[in-house]
Amino acid sequence: MAIQQHDASQAPPTGVSRRKFLLLIGAGLNAIAAALLAAPILGYVFASFGRKGPSQAWISLGPIDTYPENQTRLATYRNPFTRPWDGTTANIPCWVRRITGEQFQVFAVNCTHLGCPVRWFQASRLFLCPCHGGVFYEDGSHASGPPRVGSSSMSTRLRMAHCWCAADNSPRSLSPSKCSCVLTHACARDRIAKGAWYATKGRLLD
Amino acid sequence: MLRKVAYWIDARLHVSALYASTAGHTVPASAASWFYVFGSGTLLCFVIQIVTGICLAFVYVPSADEAYTSLTYLNDEQTLGWFLRAIHYWGSNFMVGIMLVHMAQVFLFGAYKYPRELTWISGCVLLLCTLGMAFTGQVLRFDQDAYWGLGIGASMMGRVPLIGANLVRLMLAGPIIAGETLSRFFTLHVFVIPGLILALVAVHLRLVLSKGINEYPEPGRQVTKATYEAEYKALLQQEGVPFVPQAIGKDIIFSGLVMLGILCCAAYFGPKGPEGVPDPTYIRTVPRPDVFFLWLYAVLALLPDYLETVLILVAPIVGIALLFALPFIAGTGEKSARRRPVAVLTVVSIFLVGGILTLMGENAPWSPPMEAWSGAPVPAHYIEGRSPLEVQGALVLQNKQCRNCHSLGGSGGQRGPALDDVATRLTGDQLVRQVIQGGGNMPAYGKNLSPAEVAALVAFMQTLHAPHAAVARDATVPERPDEPAPQTTGVGR
Repeated sequence: MAIQQHDASQAPPTGVSRRKFLLLIGAGLNAIAAALLAAPILGYVFASFGRKGPSQAWISLGPIDTYPENQTRLATYRNPFTRPWDGTTANIPCWVRRITGEQFQVFAVNCTHLGCPVRWFQASRLFLCPCHGGVFYEDGSHASGPPRVGSSSMSTRLRMAHCWCAADNSPRSLSPSKCSCVLTHACARDRIAKGAWYATKGRLLD
Repeated sequence: MLRKVAYWIDARLHVSALYASTAGHTVPASAASWFYVFGSGTLLCFVIQIVTGICLAFVYVPSADEAYTSLTYLNDEQTLGWFLRAIHYWGSNFMVGIMLVHMAQVFLFGAYKYPRELTWISGCVLLLCTLGMAFTGQVLRFDQDAYWGLGIGASMMGRVPLIGANLVRLMLAGPIIAGETLSRFFTLHVFVIPGLILALVAVHLRLVLSKGINEYPEPGRQVTKATYEAEYKALLQQEGVPFVPQAIGKDIIFSGLVMLGILCCAAYFGPKGPEGVPDPTYIRTVPRPDVFFLWLYAVLALLPDYLETVLILVAPIVGIALLFALPFIAGTGEKSARRRPVAVLTVVSIFLVGGILTLMGENAPWSPPMEAWSGAPVPAHYIEGRSPLEVQGALVLQNKQCRNCHSLGGSGGQRGPALDDVATRLTGDQLVRQVIQGGGNMPAYGKNLSPAEVAALVAFMQTLHAPHAAVARDATVPERPDEPAPQTTGVGR
């Protein structure tokens, strides 16, 4: 009896017992392991967050002559930033309006309201949206219906008698994207360096 | 022999001990009512969806370039593939419908009150999960409706301030709808949300068992936190019956009817779609959501633009917050709907508004029928006896797509007013102004019409009135029988 009491009185009143210490080690090890496991998983899922701006490429929409003056035509191109299994979803349409001579405007087909495809009518010169009834004039400005803003045109340029548009990798039909003039086409960079012509919105400056 | 097997299993699983607290648990006899069948009905629909979903996943390919092909294969070539697709589609319609009825019944019977607050909250989360399944499911039917509907969902997501673009990229697995988008929605629809639903249903049922099923409310019997538990216990002792076999009968009948209903609808109406290859370059398309989202479609078309973003962002948060807070706002007091006029009014108005908006979404009068200008000719009796100028005006009316928004003789668009009696509403000058400058919801045609075309058009429209009806006239011009009608500028007659 006396020995047991002696032992009991020698048990540390403060401090960590062996069991508690083991539990702490276990918890700490698992916390570290969980953090190491969570980091790549979260990085994978949220990979798109914080990406710096859209990448761009110039896409040819065909020779200028295929676009009669004072008319708006549908052009399609293949999204340059694709996955191999995109299928038909990588085909992007756009409305190309040739105003006169070498003045062009290229619009995305998405209505600025919520993104449905707008349809062009030559006789009345209006874009009509089938979803919620948005209407745009031929220059993209808002005519009637729910859309708050008019369509903005994408960057265009003329080169080698083709009309090019800047296809960028940014979500369509968010607030009208500012047309940034970052060129990734090698020839175009040369052109700028040589002080040759450079066109935005399709106007030929020379 | 069978009894020995049963004993062997029970000795290991202790199922019979579980029975008393689950299937055999005591319920108030009044709870054996037809009003109480909708919860089990919803669960049955969910089980049907899981089974048919697994079957569909044996064949369906969740890849952007193959999904449509696999869907048409299921429809046309796979044995009974069309039927499985149809059951899955109608199962989802039934599930959403029965779930809403269940929710309304629980609300009107005060079953969300003390002490069943968590049951209500878990049920509300289940509601959101089910709507999530409905949305992801309709995307998996990867056709034009799905593609453009997804774009609309992404556009709404993009309106969230600050993180909108990032949320869009998270939702679409990239900046635009592409191959990865479908895989993401497949994973959500097949793994993530069903897992969540299964866990929540387990919690929901556990709560029903631990707190007991709501007793049939009686006017005058109020809920007070201090006394409810004791009263409920006394009620169980007084009129408690085991759920199986005494109170389950109506649930079983209703479940059988639901299954038959789904099968009949599936066999008769068949599956939905797929409607057209999801090719974005095919723009002669009229995207529509599935029936459970038609109300939202109507709301987005009818809201004025300054309200839209605010409502899209704020209304869901407010609505969900109210739902979650309900048991804490009105957790005690009367349970019977006869003494709760506000509750009844709320349910009636929500269902009425939702129903009307769904009907409007079905008809979509704001959407101009794109082929009306060439497909709906001017009725013959509007051309007979007209002068050449007026007939030319009728041609202008057709060619300039006016019929896409305006109807004549009942055919054409409903976006603008019908023109059958426009001459009784607007004078010649007013017609000229309206056509050239637009106004209201009408675009301005001034740049697209020559003066001659305007003259012809207005001349024609001034003949559009019922015979002998009073034509609109300018009130500032005195009407004198002996004087000739004054010539207004630019327009004949």
